[in-house]
Amino acid sequence: MNNNVVFNFNVDGEDFTSAGQASVNVKKNLRQLGISPEIIRRVSIAMYEGEINMVIHAGGGEATVTVEENCIDIVLKDTGPGIKNIEQAMQEGFSTAPDNIRSLGFGAGMGLPNMKRYTDEMKITSEVGVGTTVFMRINL
Amino acid sequence: MKVYEHSVLLDERKCTGCTTCLHHCPTEAIRIKNGHSVIDQKRCIDCGECIRQCPHKAKKAVSGKLEDMQKFKYKIALPAPTLYAQFENLEDVDYVLNGLLKIGFDDVYEVSKAAEFVSAYTRLYLKTEGVKIPAISSACPVIIRLIGLRFPSLNDNILKLLPPMEIAAAKARKRAKEKHPELTDEDIGVCFISPCPAKVSYVKNGFSDYKSKVDVVVSINDIYFLLINEMKHLNNENLDYMLESGMIGVGWASSGGESTAIFNENYLAADGIENCIRVLDQIENGNIPPLEFVELNACPGGCVGGVMAMQNPFIAKARLQSLRRYLPVSQNFLNKNEQYIPETYFFNNLPEYDPISRLSNNMAESMRMMRDIQKLRDSLPGIDCGACGAPNCRAFAEDAVKEKSKSGKTLRCPLLDIYLKDENKNCESQK
Repeated sequence: MNNNVVFNFNVDGEDFTSAGQASVNVKKNLRQLGISPEIIRRVSIAMYEGEINMVIHAGGGEATVTVEENCIDIVLKDTGPGIKNIEQAMQEGFSTAPDNIRSLGFGAGMGLPNMKRYTDEMKITSEVGVGTTVFMRINL
Repeated sequence: MKVYEHSVLLDERKCTGCTTCLHHCPTEAIRIKNGHSVIDQKRCIDCGECIRQCPHKAKKAVSGKLEDMQKFKYKIALPAPTLYAQFENLEDVDYVLNGLLKIGFDDVYEVSKAAEFVSAYTRLYLKTEGVKIPAISSACPVIIRLIGLRFPSLNDNILKLLPPMEIAAAKARKRAKEKHPELTDEDIGVCFISPCPAKVSYVKNGFSDYKSKVDVVVSINDIYFLLINEMKHLNNENLDYMLESGMIGVGWASSGGESTAIFNENYLAADGIENCIRVLDQIENGNIPPLEFVELNACPGGCVGGVMAMQNPFIAKARLQSLRRYLPVSQNFLNKNEQYIPETYFFNNLPEYDPISRLSNNMAESMRMMRDIQKLRDSLPGIDCGACGAPNCRAFAEDAVKEKSKSGKTLRCPLLDIYLKDENKNCESQK
């Protein structure tokens, strides 16, 4: 039997004001499972950054958080424009966010680097014109 | 862990079980049981929202009584600055302060005076190397409890200075002993006059291992008519000059007052419990501008919005603005060469993280329960009507799964049968 707990979220790309909601929900659920505050903080930051990215760049997508015995996996999947050069995108300060987004305080080029920093494993698969999938794992 | 004592009382005769408080409680601490609102003491943060929202006035804040002060030889009043904002056409705060002496207090120590010291030390605190910023104000006891229960990763951000009420109590005691060396600690009674039920709880419970120096907390509501009767007999001739605070101290009563006193534009001030929760969520996610100071007040408008105050918070705020106009900026300063914050201003131990929302102590068991909750929730109508007594379908699913594992009893959604019937009908008609 599969003992994992799965949380699915639809990240709405139409409504920028609701970005970050999935990360708040995940936090609440992880607390109920008795996950430690430090882990919850890391998950919620990684998740938040990912959510924002999906809304800014890909018009939304799907977020799946799976809690397993030894780890928490976060998969963020979108069907946006894809990332041309992943290595470049991972550099701190590199951003392709439009000006109107920057004026809100986003687009500092810290999203992907932060996701990497707060997780134990991170893998990006992306195809231009098809979409991007980010896999992140935090060990318990 | 010891149970935290709260300050909300229900008048069962007035409570109709109408679900208003249920839907407004920010921590989902309320359930309707047997037709009445019941609070889960472990989840309650004393925000007063249920008192504020109850359309039947069935919820009341429980505070101390003025008579509780009788046992003390020397009685000191600690008026919250919000008290000054309760009176129509008040020209001078001294009427209030003199009035407090007339109703039987031996001394008055303004909380706004202590607030000016706290503001001065906060400025020093923010310049201290190694303090975690943004520093979150420690003045609102609701926020401190909320952080302890829900945002443990922000514990270190809490400003480690005691709130003005505590500083006022300590300084007032010291002043009493200087004036009257014959007094013992037990002779002196300190009474905080409060707009805030959370302060009542805070004084009752202490603060982690810190024991409050306030003896009695009375509500502004309770003292109001007594005080106004005495104030009527005062006039410019028989008024003593008593005011010891200025714009900064009095400004603490409304949201933003504490922040503007740090003389630094990198601050955020939010009020209203839901807004505060959103801000804390965002700070936890790291999605904030580079702030140095965060002031959060659970009540709308700040302390003037406390449920134990008489006046509408916004009118109170407007009155404070005009009262403050002719006050000096501050009447309490640090010595020029003062570089360190005295030990007595600090509290060191924060309440331990209490994982109240945890489903079970065993993670595998929690995960099983979570799956059951998800499954059950998906089968519910999802209209969050509150008819079952829980604030929403999700909370009902949690309650039901927890109850099942505790007692084996099955909770039923009272709407589900009707709902399913309707759905079947819809399917029929679509055919």
